[in-house]
Amino acid sequence: MSVVSEIAVSLQRGEDDQVALLVQRALDDGQDAAAILQDGLVAGMGVVGEQFREREIFLPDVLLAARAMYAGLALLKPLLAKEGVPTSGTVVIGSVQGDLHDIGKNLVGIMLAGAGFDVIDLGSDVAPERFVDAACQHGASVIGLSALLTTTMPMMKNVVELVRGRGLQDRIKVIVGGAPVSDAWARQIGADAYGYDAASAVERVRALARKPA
Amino acid sequence: MKDLLSRLGAGDVLVGDGAWGTLLLARGVRPGEAPESLNLMRPGVIEDIASLYLEAGADLITTNTFGGSPARLRQFGLDGETEAVNRAAVEAVRRCAGGRAYVSASVGPSGHLLKPYGDAEPADIGAGYERQIRALAEAGADLVCIETMTDLAEAVLAVRAARTVAPDLPVMATMTFESTRRGFFTVMGVSVAHAIKGLSEAGADILGSNCGNGSVEMVAIAREFRALTGRPIAIQPNAGLPEPRDGSLVYPETPEFMAEQARRLLAAGVAIVGGCCGTTPAHVRALREIVG
Repeated sequence: MSVVSEIAVSLQRGEDDQVALLVQRALDDGQDAAAILQDGLVAGMGVVGEQFREREIFLPDVLLAARAMYAGLALLKPLLAKEGVPTSGTVVIGSVQGDLHDIGKNLVGIMLAGAGFDVIDLGSDVAPERFVDAACQHGASVIGLSALLTTTMPMMKNVVELVRGRGLQDRIKVIVGGAPVSDAWARQIGADAYGYDAASAVERVRALARKPA
Repeated sequence: MKDLLSRLGAGDVLVGDGAWGTLLLARGVRPGEAPESLNLMRPGVIEDIASLYLEAGADLITTNTFGGSPARLRQFGLDGETEAVNRAAVEAVRRCAGGRAYVSASVGPSGHLLKPYGDAEPADIGAGYERQIRALAEAGADLVCIETMTDLAEAVLAVRAARTVAPDLPVMATMTFESTRRGFFTVMGVSVAHAIKGLSEAGADILGSNCGNGSVEMVAIAREFRALTGRPIAIQPNAGLPEPRDGSLVYPETPEFMAEQARRLLAAGVAIVGGCCGTTPAHVRALREIVG
């Protein structure tokens, strides 16, 4: 097995020290940082995301794999920046104002980072203005909104309206998700996409980020 | 009032109450505020809701302390008020329903992931539960209701805390499951069988499930529990999963629909049937009619 494939396998097992070691070995072997990212970390997290979606594995396995992914990413990030390798895109995420739940949102952040996106995580209880300001500041093309409560979900609409109010709807797309959120809800409030789970959120964000600005 | 566990042991079926969050919001709690702060600031609101559920026929009235652990209250800067918040919640329900319904002291998840998956030290979370449950017990709760748990380790910490600081109170512990291709598991990967084993060994008297599912799935969960444990089973479904309608969200299960499913829950041997998110006093009234 190639070192890069070993990285993907080791990541799935949640072996953070081993992943860091293997990434360093691959770099020492002269392998390309972008290839290590894509074929090692991103590939490994893709499998983890798919297995979690099917509930072949559960949240603890994902969190351990994520830790391994970040261990590898920490070594690659400076090199990718230096080489000017474009990332998959930049996404601003957070739980909407009034909502303090963050486990689902964190999971989406993990999966997005694991798919090669730059993730700006604003945390929970985030005001609409902060989402839009951060997206502008970081040049993000997608804002990801999370809500676990039916009572905070309407706040998603405020963010969508603020993006439109500032005339940014062609540059910044909004995706929504969370346990009570649905596709019908996303359409109703005028969001650009709905992520049923973390894996589908990544697919949708990929599609949104690919659209020309 | 007759001892809860001996009533359940004699085969009595009891009715729990319904959702509190929506009723609190309708009475002025704003999203982002600690619902538990109302226990101190407007205890009359708590009494109102308790009265609604008492009149609907609930045998157990839940206290407004789901987020009353210090770990959770800290998010609102209220952890210093842990004792006062929990005490006031029990006192409000007792003023309204004491002697007529069991005061069921709600204890929810800490909101933090335990090590090694998150940053929370299990010992800290356990100590926090002890602090919360001691206050609930001293104020006169009739049972401890540990609910909506997905991490068995955390649920066990709460059950053990109850056993340590309130050894005389019955402990009910219910977890939230998802339906997967391989059966019911919590998002943390806990099966019904694991939940039963872990919670029983920790000393829970009543086991079961709340939240996460509507009443149809809960029938299947109840059957799985019944097949694997002889302890009394508590089931508190959501009124289905919320659906968007005309710009807001609606929980689809009507009281009549839930009551129909409740018949199947009783047939499966459930001892306590109540409601979780989206259920109302009307749902509880419908459950009361089925239970008799």
